[in-house]
Amino acid sequence: MKEHHLILRVVTKSLVGTIILFAFYVQFHGDFSPGGGFQAGVIMAVAFILYGIVFGLHEVQRVLPAWVVHKLVALGVLVYAGTGIWNMFLGYEFLHYGSFTPDHMSHGQHSGILYVEAGVGITVTGVMVAIYYAFAGRTPRLGNDDW
Amino acid sequence: MTETIVNFILFSMLVITAFAIVRQDRLFTIVMLASVFSLLTAMLFVALDAVDVAFTEAAVGAGISTVLMLGTIALTSRGAKPASRPQTLPLLVVLVTGAGLVYGTLDMPNFGDPNAPANVHLSPHYLTNSIEEIDVPNVVTSILASYRGFDTLGETAVVFAAGIGVLMILSGLRHRRRKDEEEEEDA
Repeated sequence: MKEHHLILRVVTKSLVGTIILFAFYVQFHGDFSPGGGFQAGVIMAVAFILYGIVFGLHEVQRVLPAWVVHKLVALGVLVYAGTGIWNMFLGYEFLHYGSFTPDHMSHGQHSGILYVEAGVGITVTGVMVAIYYAFAGRTPRLGNDDW
Repeated sequence: MTETIVNFILFSMLVITAFAIVRQDRLFTIVMLASVFSLLTAMLFVALDAVDVAFTEAAVGAGISTVLMLGTIALTSRGAKPASRPQTLPLLVVLVTGAGLVYGTLDMPNFGDPNAPANVHLSPHYLTNSIEEIDVPNVVTSILASYRGFDTLGETAVVFAAGIGVLMILSGLRHRRRKDEEEEEDA
């Protein structure tokens, strides 16, 4: 595969970083502009999947091994639910973000939204990449003319 | 006026793509056209000011699901099976369902109607009070993550469950196939 698709490989290499940066922008700027955890998660997953399509499953799994992805799938839900339980430890209702800063409720809302959106993003990235790995791991290596 | 023209062009291209998909029998072409269909849908969402949904449609519909479909084609066959029976009954079902859906939209409020039931009950509360209560400029985010935090937790759990389900089905098959190969090697 190394000698094939020079243009695709060069363009992919320059695009992947930008896509990841954009995913982080959509994730953390979701308070001010369209976007949030779901969107950022799929955009982040697209970056890894694009890398996997062009360079092969083996190469992308050196960056993001399958066992890490499987942990991410569960980690996101734990972060989300953990935020809610943390609120309960602080003496308020489940997912009552104001409890982080009881003196200034809307500040706590900011941090709470940040945590749960991060949880959503982690799970969505994990699930998308994990499904891609599961499909691509079963696909035989195809030549250029096989389609 | 511009918006009407843009919508008209996008919808026409959508219909043309749909007919092109129906007339094709090479699955690779169909998957690529389906990706185009998703991208056009994403543009329509942008025209409707639903940029969040457009992000998701472009990334998932045009990107990830196309890749997964291509992976599936690589595992199965490249062409669609020719239809063996006359297509009158399926066509009839499609036409009746389509007519029913169009009939259903007659009762729906117009797009952006301020008196629509969805816009008179909770939306004004969110729009007037969310800056004071949540202090997040993007109302969609404050509804999604804070007012309806339970819903979003549930959605995340659904995504989690779906991912785990797909993983269990596919990895189970791989395990079984590997076992078969080992048995063949032994024999």
